[in-house]
Order: sequence, then C-alpha cells, then structure tokens
Amino acid sequence: MNILNWLGTLPGAIGQGLVWGIMAVGLYITYKVLQVSDLTVDGSICTGAAVCTVLITNGFNVYVAMLCAFIAGLLAGLITGFLHTFLKIPAILAGILTQLMLWSINLIVMNGKANLALTRFKYGDKVLISAGTENIVMSLIILGAIVAVLIAVLYWFFGTELGMSLRSTGNNLEMSRAQGINTSFTTVFGLALSNGVVAFAGSLLAQQQGAADINMGRGAIVIGLAAIIIGEVLCSKKTMNFSVRLIFVIIGAIIYWIVFQTVIFLGLPSEYLKLLSALVVAIFLGIPHLKTKLQKKKERRA
Amino acid sequence: MLELKKINKTFNVGTINEKQVLFDLDLTLEEGDFVTIIGGNGAGKSTMLNMVAGVYPVDSGSITIDGIDVTSLPEHKRAKYIGRVFQDPRMGTASDMWVEENMSIADSRGHRRGIRWAITDKDRYRYKEQLELLDLGLEKRLQTKMGLLSGGQRQAITLLMAAMKKPKLLLLDEHTAALDPKTAAKVLEITDKLINENKLTALMVTHNMKDAIVHGNRLIMMNAGKIILDIRGEEKKNLTVESLLNAFTKASGAEFTNDRALLS
Repeated sequence: MNILNWLGTLPGAIGQGLVWGIMAVGLYITYKVLQVSDLTVDGSICTGAAVCTVLITNGFNVYVAMLCAFIAGLLAGLITGFLHTFLKIPAILAGILTQLMLWSINLIVMNGKANLALTRFKYGDKVLISAGTENIVMSLIILGAIVAVLIAVLYWFFGTELGMSLRSTGNNLEMSRAQGINTSFTTVFGLALSNGVVAFAGSLLAQQQGAADINMGRGAIVIGLAAIIIGEVLCSKKTMNFSVRLIFVIIGAIIYWIVFQTVIFLGLPSEYLKLLSALVVAIFLGIPHLKTKLQKKKERRA
Repeated sequence: MLELKKINKTFNVGTINEKQVLFDLDLTLEEGDFVTIIGGNGAGKSTMLNMVAGVYPVDSGSITIDGIDVTSLPEHKRAKYIGRVFQDPRMGTASDMWVEENMSIADSRGHRRGIRWAITDKDRYRYKEQLELLDLGLEKRLQTKMGLLSGGQRQAITLLMAAMKKPKLLLLDEHTAALDPKTAAKVLEITDKLINENKLTALMVTHNMKDAIVHGNRLIMMNAGKIILDIRGEEKKNLTVESLLNAFTKASGAEFTNDRALLS
C-alpha cells in the first residue's frame, strides 16, 4: 500500500526531473564547459517562465512563447557576459547583479504580480505539457523528446569549431588566446547560450506547475549543481563522450527529484528541503578536496 | 619579417615594485631567421616575447610583423601571424580535451570559427600524418586526453600546433626548460625540423647556452632590458660557451647571472 503510494509519486518526480534536467544542462555549459559559476540562472529561469506565461495568457502560440523565453534568457546571459568581460566584474558578482536586475524585470513582465496562473482549466489545450497528473504520460513523452533534441543539438554544437573554442576557453584561457580565440566573445556566447537553455527550461516549468512565480528561481543553481554532481558520480570516468555526460546530468536531475519526493513522502516538512539540498551539494562539492587531504595524510604516515 | 622599434615597458607603474623591463629595444628579423635568445635573470627575454605576442601592451614603440603594424592588435588577433610554445607544457594545450581536438583548435587559427563540424575524417588523417612525424607513437592516441600525456609529448604537440598554419613568426619561450635532458633534446630536434621544413622565422628563448649556440642562425644576448650582443652567420658557428660568457662580461660589465644557464 505504502509502496504503491510511493510509486504514484514517481511520474511527477520524473517529470520535474526532466524539466530541471534541461535547466541543469544549461548550467552545465557555464559550470563545466566554461568553468564559470553563473548565478544569473536563478533569475533567468523565472524570466523564461514569466515570458512564456504572459505570452500564452495573451493568446500567443505556445511555441512562440517558448522561443521568446529562450531569447529572453539569451539576453539575460548577454548582460552577465557584458558585465564580466567588458567591465571585468568577477563572474559570480556579475551573475548576482544580473539576477537582481532580473527580479525587477520579471515583476515588470508579470505586470507587477508575484504570481501568474496558467491554469489548465483555462489554458489546458494551449500549453505543450500540462500541469496536473491526468496527461502525465503524454507530458513525459514530450519532455523526453525535447531532452533528446536538446542533447543532440548541444552535442553537435560542441563538436563545431565555435563549440570547440568555447570548450578550450573554459579549459585553458592562455592557450585559447594564443590560438586566436577571442575569449571574451566565447565567454559571452557561453553565458548567453546557457541562460537561454535555462530560461527555456523555465518556460516548461511554468507549464508544468501551471503558474509563473517570482520566487520559482530561488536556489535554482543549487538544484542544477546537484543534478550535475549526481550525474558525475554515476558517470564512470571512462565515458568521455559529451552527449553521454549530458544524459547523465538529466538522470542526475531525475534522481534528485525522486529523492526529494521520497523525503517528502516520508514526512519531512517541505521547509527543510532547501536546507537539505544545499547541504547535499556542499558535501559533494567538498568531497574531492577532502579526498586529496585524506590521501596526503595517508602518504605522510606511510 | 619582424620589426621592433624603441619598445619600452615598465611594470607596476607608481608602486614600490615599479620596474622598467625593456629600454628602447630595437630588433629586426629577416625572413627565415632562427634567432636564439639568452640572457641573465630578469633580462627581459620573456617580456619581449610576450610583447610580440600581445599578452600585454607596450608603453611605447611599435611592433611590425611582415609589414603589418600589430602594436595595437589584441592577442587573439595577432595569433593569426604567430605560433607560440610556452615554458610550462600544460600551458600550450587544453588538458581536458583530446589530442585531435587540440589540433583542430590550432587548425582553425586565423579564420572565423563558425558552425562547421570541427574534425572530419580528412582532418583526422592529416593530424595522424603530422603526429607520425614526431615519432612518439602519438598517432595512435588521437582520442587521448591531453592531460594524460607527458610533458615532452605535450610540448611536441604544442610545437606541431604552433607550426601548423605556417605562421609568419614562431615564438618559443624556454619551451624545453621543464623537460628532462633527453626529452628536451628530442623536442629541440623536432623544433629544428619544423622550422626547416616550413621555413619559419623563429625566436627561441633558452637558458641553455649550448643549445643557443648550436641552434639557429643568429644569437642575441639580453641584459637589463637591452640587447647587448647580436651574433650571426660564420661568427655564430665559431662560438663556444666560454667565449659567450667572456663576451657577456665585456658587454655588460658584470658576471652572467642565470644559475640555470651556468649549471647546464
């Protein structure tokens, strides 16, 4: 009985995992490829949700709405990129500044309202994936297809000359410049692309939750990081292929949400959730350092 | 091919660490010149190379490469004309990327990087051929992460990458200093080969006097931000380490102070 109830939470968790997995794949572009911690995402995911919701409620086609959400994210990333490369503001601070700007911008987009409903009663036939559980299988199939296309596109992109130059920028700045790469351009490009994908995830999130909320991006980067880290732990070091890594990011996000649904299912009050996820991410980020520290201790003893 | 005119550079202007590193430096390289550069600690050898590459701007003076004034061009735009190899083998390549990916990045140097697929089978075949010339067995490791290779292997590949687009100028900044003597000799052999085959114009900073004498057609000695010796042709062929040290003392009025150079 209990187990059946728990199983009942799985489709919802997988659905959320897929949407947040897309967000995490966006974050992967900055965090792993460019090796920049970009806090813009906390704002841009909400921007995507807000733009999408406002457009759909104003009668625009859902695909147009999602495309606009993606473009809004690109612009948000462009601002961070400008602050970081042109004004030489450290990446983390640049991200925080843009995030704060986006708070106002998101409110303006949502016409001053903190919450904008996209109820399925009214807009159920206008959205791509619907909130609620009755069409969950269809939603999961659509989300799976979107994920597959996204990974294929990114795999292709990072195999092109431009994509290669983004990867080398994150890997070795000096070498990239010596090889004629305009590292300011690649950094801005990466930040824009990343936030575009994150905002696109935001547009799906609004449809899935049936609303855009000014607070929906709070702590988004932590959830994205958790997905990336879980994916990394699962992905054996030998599988180097880029697309495989991205698939594991998605799997990481799904696992994250399954664990969360389970914890809630077991009765943990939801106010503890952000505390828990931040702690989990902190521990996993610290593990590599602790490992080398432990190893050195062992070597000294030997 | 390269013309430096009255280059001045001071670091940390206005602080207690203010230090002028280059003083009215003039240098002209003919096409095909292979110049070795030696000098004491802080003589300005690396600074000069970095100025040419555009790592930091000059305070005054001008830099011309093959008739093109590059003085105000940013580093990545000058890369079109320049191939570089650094002292630290980790610096010249991207550690987390494959050998073939690194080579493809060098292959795109000087043209717009678009959304063309970076590595085709044809490219791969070409990279393999080039790696075979190194005779290090690297042609079988196209899909190995750069970070897993040894310092010598990485320097050899960095050299290939630097020479790949036949640059107007090759800058080698103590590129064998971090290697063991045997590997250093191998890398130098590859250097000679690439420069000869591609008829490159090159500047090579080295701390090894013998290497500076044996390689290249011209030798420059620097001290305190100036060129104090410029030896070429027949005269260079007759140089010995001892005569170089004497010449240094005569020209600078001081003992040669580069511990590494004296030890090796």
